[in-house]
Amino acid sequence: MTAALQVLARRAGLYALAAWAAVTLNFLLPRLMPGDAASVMLARFQGQLEPEALEALRETFGLTDDGLFTQYGQYLGHLVQGDLGTSIAYFPAPVSEVLIEALGWTVLLAGTALILSFGLGTALGAVVAWRRGGWLDRWVPPLLAFIGSFPYFWLAMLLLAVFGFQLRWAPTRHAYADGLAPGWDPVFLLSVGQHLALPLITLVIAGLGGWVMAMRSTMITVLGDGPVTWARARGLPGRWILWRVAARAALLPSLTGFGMALGYVLGGTLLTEIVFGYPGQGYLLLQAVQAQDHPLMQGIFLTITLAVLGANLLVDAVTVALDPRTRR
Amino acid sequence: MTGWRAIWDGIWQHPGARLGVLLVGAFVAVATVGPWLVGDPLAFVATPLQPPSWQHWLGTTGQGQDVLAQTVCGARPTLIVAGAVGLTVVVVGALVGGLAGFLGGPFDDAASLAINVTLVLPGLPLMVVLAAWLPPGPASIWGVLVLTGWAWNARVIRAATLSLRDRDFVHAAIVAGESPVRIVAVEILPNLLSLLTASFIGATVHAIGAQVGLEFLGLGDVGAVTWGTNLYWATNDAALLTGSWWTFVPTGLGVALVGFGLTLVNYGVDEQTNPRLRSERLWQALLGSSLATRDRTPVAPHLRPTDG
Repeated sequence: MTAALQVLARRAGLYALAAWAAVTLNFLLPRLMPGDAASVMLARFQGQLEPEALEALRETFGLTDDGLFTQYGQYLGHLVQGDLGTSIAYFPAPVSEVLIEALGWTVLLAGTALILSFGLGTALGAVVAWRRGGWLDRWVPPLLAFIGSFPYFWLAMLLLAVFGFQLRWAPTRHAYADGLAPGWDPVFLLSVGQHLALPLITLVIAGLGGWVMAMRSTMITVLGDGPVTWARARGLPGRWILWRVAARAALLPSLTGFGMALGYVLGGTLLTEIVFGYPGQGYLLLQAVQAQDHPLMQGIFLTITLAVLGANLLVDAVTVALDPRTRR
Repeated sequence: MTGWRAIWDGIWQHPGARLGVLLVGAFVAVATVGPWLVGDPLAFVATPLQPPSWQHWLGTTGQGQDVLAQTVCGARPTLIVAGAVGLTVVVVGALVGGLAGFLGGPFDDAASLAINVTLVLPGLPLMVVLAAWLPPGPASIWGVLVLTGWAWNARVIRAATLSLRDRDFVHAAIVAGESPVRIVAVEILPNLLSLLTASFIGATVHAIGAQVGLEFLGLGDVGAVTWGTNLYWATNDAALLTGSWWTFVPTGLGVALVGFGLTLVNYGVDEQTNPRLRSERLWQALLGSSLATRDRTPVAPHLRPTDG
């Protein structure tokens, strides 16, 4: 068990380093960019923003007269207290407050999408590999490769145009209908579900291909392995071999991919949210880009980075717990 | 040792990959000569948001511009930036990964750490944060995509270099007193040609998607005509509200067909890198001769020879 903990500790060390790199990048970017980008930005907002806003902005970036190391210390001190500075797009709201409001929607959308596409894709991959050379195997992988070639957000635009605006099967914007008060009542939850449908379907379709192909290739290896041959020799029913023997053994590499996929899925989620006006991190990102709200952009980057790193660590822990080989 | 000739043969003999070459070739041809054959993509030519007609084959945008002209002219800058990113990423990845794999020791430790940290940071938010501080334009997009994209190739090439490090010809070069950079560039990397080709193609596909995504967000030069800005304007001009599918469908198809074509080419290259895949013949199954797959139904896997 100590070996398992060592593996985990090494991974945690890597993630801690990545988190530090993200934080330091956020600190250094305004200072490293050519032509003193931060001053240029402040100058641009001069006259547009009130003096207090400018002051808050200067403080956010820690652009004081102190030395670089003192500034860095102040910056880290603020971060530890959860202070990510002040948003320009939503002035005078602090970035952390704006982010937390939107985080829930992104977690709901991205989480559901990831679980659904992982579940469906893995199951489909297992079946495709099982019926190797059959019509499913001949058509599903190339079809998914083709669909996967479209940008996530383009599929979102297509679904929105067809099912939202033309057929009017689903609402086109926001996370719930206007005039509803958030709460645990059925009307509100139904509205949330309806608004979730199109973005969710987009993300599941776009994400499916990777899972199918990953599971298919592991399954093909596993199907030639001893346990499967043994199960066949014993005359066990095909369905039992497929799900209980082969799929179970082939699941582990896909599970590792699950953690790796988080960062990627969140990238897809962000742009899809923008198309559907879904009020999560992606929607904020668009507001931030349009208002050139650097504190908000960097806050989004940091939040998502920490979320991805945390989820990776969780997946690592599960993998170590499930796979005895990783403990050696 | 696999030369360019062998790689090309591998691609051309693979039916799927051949289709990919034709697809990508068609788009490169359009990007090269197309802009001279269509009108000014930014000119106001007709009433905004007109559906496809004989005058304007793909209709008009929300600003009364010709969609066909925009789609054709958008291909050139998009493919140039993507190709440049793919090339740079492979060169950086080959040097960093090759040197790390060959040298080992502290250089490898540092490089591996940098690779792993870069890989675990979420790509799109990182690109946005970087791009937002840079002046909008193709050079900035190129820089951002290289900075965020080099690590995957470096990791793959490092692993491949490790497997060649103890070969005789490498030892001979060391004894002959060649410098590490020379050994990696002249002795080791030429043996990895097909891997480098596959890396280039993969990086280019990724660069097309990421570039279009960044420009869709408004982080490119929104005054220029690229595939990304086409999609940016399609959402900003209420094209979706009015059901004007023709404003974004052609560009999206362009992105997807180039990406799909390149992915198909990579199937052909992969067979060179990984001969075990030669039995896979997925695309042969798709494009005709289903005989190739028939003997592979898992009836009695233990009776088949283990390799290939």
